[in-house]
This record gives sequence, structure tokens and C-alpha cells, in this order.
Amino acid sequence: MVDTRVNLSGVILSNPIIPASGTFGFGYEFAEIYDINILGSISIKGTTRELRFGNEQPRIAETPCGMLNAIGLQNPGIDKVISEELPKLRKVFKKPIIANISGFSIDEYVYCCELIGKEEQVEIIEVNISCPNVKEGGMSFGTLPENAAEVTRAVKAVAKKPVYMKLSPNVRDIAEIAAACEEAGADGISLINTLTGMRINLNNMKPVLNNITGGLSGPAVFPVALRMVWEVYEAVSIPIIGMGGVSTAEDVIEMMLAGATAVSVGAANIKDPYASKNIVESLPDLMNKLGINKLEDIIGGAH
Amino acid sequence: MKCNGGSPGDCFRAVGEKGTIKMKKSIFTILSNRKLAKNTYEMVLKGDVSAIKRPGQFINIALDGFYLRRPISVCDWDKDSATIIYKVVGKGTEYMSKLSEGAELEVLSGLGNGYDTEESGVNPLLIGGGSGIPPLYALAKELIAQGKKPTVILGFNSKDEVFYKDEFSALGARVLITTADGSLGIKGFATDAFESAGDYTYTYACGPEPMLKAVYNTSVTDGQYSFEQRMGCGFGACMGCVCRTKYGYKRICREGPVLVKEEIVW
Ligand SMILES: Cc1cc2nc3c(=O)[nH]c(=O)nc-3n(C[C@H](O)[C@H](O)[C@H](O)COP(=O)(O)OP(=O)(O)OC[C@H]3O[C@@H](n4cnc5c(N)ncnc54)[C@H](O)[C@@H]3O)c2cc1C
Ligand SMILES: Cc1cc2nc3c(=O)[nH]c(=O)nc-3n(C[C@H](O)[C@H](O)[C@H](O)COP(=O)(O)O)c2cc1C
Ligand code: FES
Repeated sequence: MVDTRVNLSGVILSNPIIPASGTFGFGYEFAEIYDINILGSISIKGTTRELRFGNEQPRIAETPCGMLNAIGLQNPGIDKVISEELPKLRKVFKKPIIANISGFSIDEYVYCCELIGKEEQVEIIEVNISCPNVKEGGMSFGTLPENAAEVTRAVKAVAKKPVYMKLSPNVRDIAEIAAACEEAGADGISLINTLTGMRINLNNMKPVLNNITGGLSGPAVFPVALRMVWEVYEAVSIPIIGMGGVSTAEDVIEMMLAGATAVSVGAANIKDPYASKNIVESLPDLMNKLGINKLEDIIGGAH
Repeated sequence: MKCNGGSPGDCFRAVGEKGTIKMKKSIFTILSNRKLAKNTYEMVLKGDVSAIKRPGQFINIALDGFYLRRPISVCDWDKDSATIIYKVVGKGTEYMSKLSEGAELEVLSGLGNGYDTEESGVNPLLIGGGSGIPPLYALAKELIAQGKKPTVILGFNSKDEVFYKDEFSALGARVLITTADGSLGIKGFATDAFESAGDYTYTYACGPEPMLKAVYNTSVTDGQYSFEQRMGCGFGACMGCVCRTKYGYKRICREGPVLVKEEIVW
């Protein structure tokens, strides 16, 4: 029997697989088709203080080997997430939950982190300072080290759970930002969010997305994400949740060898609702094949 | 369809909670794939159709070489096969049109809420435009099986695009054809056939948004309208397809694609 357990700041996951925020709803939809308790954890849809519709339609576009999304953080608002969505997820999911939080001001991040941190089953707070699809706020907090550090300090002062800062790849030096977050007290780093991109519709010669640009994810971004996890691992000593284009158990091993302690699976769930399940189930066989007994042993192993 | 009330902020109500919707992923084999009319194809797929419960639901088809699936309405289904009709509008549907008998497709079935036939009354009016026509076939079939007498308006651009006229008639539905260029039936848009349709008890519509809006403005009864939206997942996970309604935000792939008239916000 191989050991797939990993440890994120004291939170033990039975395996490193975490469906990524925004690609798995609030989780319970997937419980209709398989037992989601096989997952290590779930990162729920990004939540803000107020209800948000997000961007106007269309907000999805296809790309070679991936997709663009410009959802714009649609969510029912933190109160509804706590009173309705989390209880529904709790009914079908007994594992630790990762709450993903977004904001348009430091106050909003603080407000949301404080509230959601009180929820028992929320064991990690993932603070999204990297959403490329909202006009103000979001990513702007994640593009400068001093801003990222400021958000980190503010949420750390109130959060009762480990705080993972989720970083944008749309920056000059992601390792520098990760280091600033660590210094400001972050318990871990999540990366990457989506890469800003666009498509143009040849029928009307206008951008496909109403928002013009959207975030690229899927297999197309995997090598970029892997490189960034590698760089961040070199720069910090706190745990990393690696993501970006992960679609197979092989990708998970690569991410961990680059330095990830756990791995999020995003767009792959959208393409195939069973993607995360398939990855979890093929991991032990792959470990056997590669001669890995304890998954934790390989973290950063390629350095 | 009962719209379960609620306030504008009351979003993400999952139809699945009622226990009606449960998607299934399975492999379907192409039994036939034939051209019906200009750029329009009919594909019959053999496989597990147990997740398909209502007319107006759709399937989401994975295609080799394309990252996202293609959502296509179920036109008809029986115990072990489903029929779809699709228009070639881009690379994905072009790829589909070249697939041959025996080829296998990985499909998510049982998606979307579908039409409710409970409130139709005796003489429902069904209005379809172009590639919005297919789901009305299974709907007409179900209504007729319930002893109702539907009138169907099928709107096309021109004669060479017309399909399923005889199939609808063979079900026992009264069929009115409109073409924009007047090459067959009534000249004009689907709504120009309302007068000829006479009295009706309820309205069902599926087609491009301008047509839906025209029907919405012309129809004097309650009704159900099926919408299209660009989709990511097609099963409720990504929030890609959400639209505003009077009862809050709804995912076209899950709380839709069928919306009741009173909740539609244009
Ligand atoms: C619920 C639903 C039911 C549908 N039923 C039918 C049907 O029965 N028959 C039929 O011919 N068409 C139907 N469509 C439209 C059909 O999905 C698109 O025409 C098809 O996806 C186009 O793919 P493409 O690769 O040829 O076009 P491209 O333009 O190359 O596709 C690029 C991307 O845009 C998406 N896209 C393009 N047009 C549409 C559209 N109108 N709606 C949603 N996504 C789109 C594609 O899925 C793909 O992800 C339906 C759409 C929805 C949402
Ligand atoms: C449709 C969609 C919605 C997303 N929503 C969020 C979100 O609300 N919060 C967040 O931190 N990241 C969000 N992301 C980013 C993913 O969590 C992930 O970081 C990114 O997609 C890269 O992983 P992938 O290539 O496996 O998809 C979203 C991604 C997609 C595709
Ligand atoms: S397409 Fe993903 S939620 Fe509707």
C-alpha cells in the first residue's frame, strides 16, 4: 500500500488532489455522479462579500488545448455561501474544505476571511489575489509584492485557519511575490491562477468574450505553471498548492517534483466531470510503477 | 413548470435537488449520420439513454481535438438510442458532420431541465427556428401521446434549409412553415405564422434569441422558452452560462435551458 497523504500546514489530506476553485462549483453537484470523499479536499468557488453576477455573456471561449474564462467571480456572496452552499457540501463531503476568498478592498478580504474562518469544516483559506477577470481589485493586489504582503498581513491578523495566498502568473517575478507573502505571514502559496488571453470571432471580427480578455487554463498552461511552482519552491519554505493544466496523475507527480505539496485540478473537471476522480484513482498505480512509497517524499524532488 | 419563487438574489437553485436531473457519462456509437438539408445533419446515437428524461434536455459531446464539449439538444430518444440534429456552424460541428457510422463518441447525457408538459392545455403552440427546432420534435411527440393537439411553427431562412416537416406531420401535429425569403410556406419569420395558427393554450419556443424575443412579444399565453449560451462544463460547475432571471441568476445548463416566460429578463 502506497501512502498518498500530504500535510498542508498541519491539515492532513488523504491525497494531494484538490479540485480548483471555480471549476467544481460548491462541490455537491459532483456528488451526484461519484463519491467526492475520495478527494483530498475541495477548493470552493471564489467568494466575495456581496452577491456578484460577474461579467456579461459570453464568458467562455475555447482555445487549443484549453479554455478562456471571464466569469468575473460570480458567487452568491459570503452570507449565502455560509448559510446555504457550505451546508449542502457538508452533507456529502466529510473532508477538509478550502474556502477561496476574493475581494475588491483589503477590508473585504478581511471581512470574508474572518467570517469563513469560523466555519468548522473550512480548514484552509485560499486568498485569491489574482483574478484576471474583474476590472478593479482582484489581480491588482497580486501584481506587486508590497500589495500582496499588505493583504496577507491583514487577513492573517483575523483568520483562524491557515492562509494560502493564490498568485497570478501575469507578473514579472512570481517568486518575489511569493516571498513577500511568506514574509508577511502566509502559511502557504497557491499557484497559478489563469493567464490573461483572448480570442477573436471571425464571423463578426470582434472579441469572443464580452470582457474582451479572459483567463487561459487547461493543458496549454501546464509547462508555465510547472516552471512557476519550481521558481516559488526555490524562493519560499512554506507549502505550495500547485495548479495549472493538471489533467493526469503524471502531471501531479511532475508538480510535486517541482515543489508542490498538494495539487489542484481545474479546467480538467470542466472537460470531464470525472477528471479528479480518475486522477485520484490512478495515482497509486503510478506511484507503484515509479517506485514511490510515500508521496510526501517526492515534494521538490527534482531540485 | 413550477418556478419555485424566490428573490432576485436567490441564485444557484439546482434542479438536481428535485431528484429529476442526474447526468451520465457514457460512450455512444453512431448508427447513422446523414445530411437533412443545407448544412444540417441528423445523427442517431446508440447507447445508454437512461439519463434523458424530458424533451428539451441536451447532451454534451466530446470531440477529438477539441477541448470543450459541444452541447446539442436531444431531438428524440427511445429505449437505446437518441437522435440529434445539428447545423454546421464551425469547426466542431464540421468535424461531427464527417463522422461515420460505427464511430464512438463520449457523451454527457441528461443535462438541463427540459420542457414541462403539465401546463400546456389542449392546444399548445410550438415555435422553432432553425437549429432550435430539434427539441420540439420530442416535445410534440410527448404532447400528442398525452392526447393534446399541438400546432408547430417551423421557421427557416429558405426552402433548402427545411427539415423534419414531414416528421412533425407524421406525429400528428399541425405544421406551419415559414421562410424568410418566401421560398416555402408563409413568407416571413416564425411569428408571422401566429395568425394562421389560430387559438392556442400555451407557448413553447426554441431558437435564436431574436426569435425568442419576437415570440415572447407576440404570444398571448404563458410559455416556456429554451435558451442557448456558450458553455464550459454543461453541468453546473463553472458558472460559464449564467443569465439573469426575475427569480435570480440561473445556469442555462442546469436551471435552464428552458425558462418560463414570466421569469425571462431580456
Ligand atoms: C443547450 C444547447 C442546445 C443546443 N442544441 C443544438 C441543436 O440541437 N442543434 C444545433 O445545431 N445546435 C445546437 N446548439 C448550438 C451548438 O452547441 C453550437 O452550434 C455548437 O457548439 C457550435 O460548435 P462549433 O465548433 O461548430 O462552432 P465554433 O463557433 O467553432 O465553436 C467554438 C466554441 O463556441 C461554442 N459555441 C458556438 N456556437 C454556440 C452556440 N450557438 N451555443 C453554444 N455554444 C456555442 C462551441 O461549443 C465551442 O465551444 C445548442 C446549444 C446549447 C447551449
Ligand atoms: C471557469 C473557471 C473559474 C475560475 N474561478 C476561480 C475563482 O473563483 N477563484 C480562483 O482563485 N480561481 C479561479 N479559477 C482559476 C483556477 O482555480 C485555476 O487556478 C486555474 O484555472 C489553473 O488551473 P487549470 O489549468 O487546471 O484550470 C477559475 C478557473 C476557471 C477555468
Ligand atoms: S456551462 Fe458550466 S455552469 Fe453552465
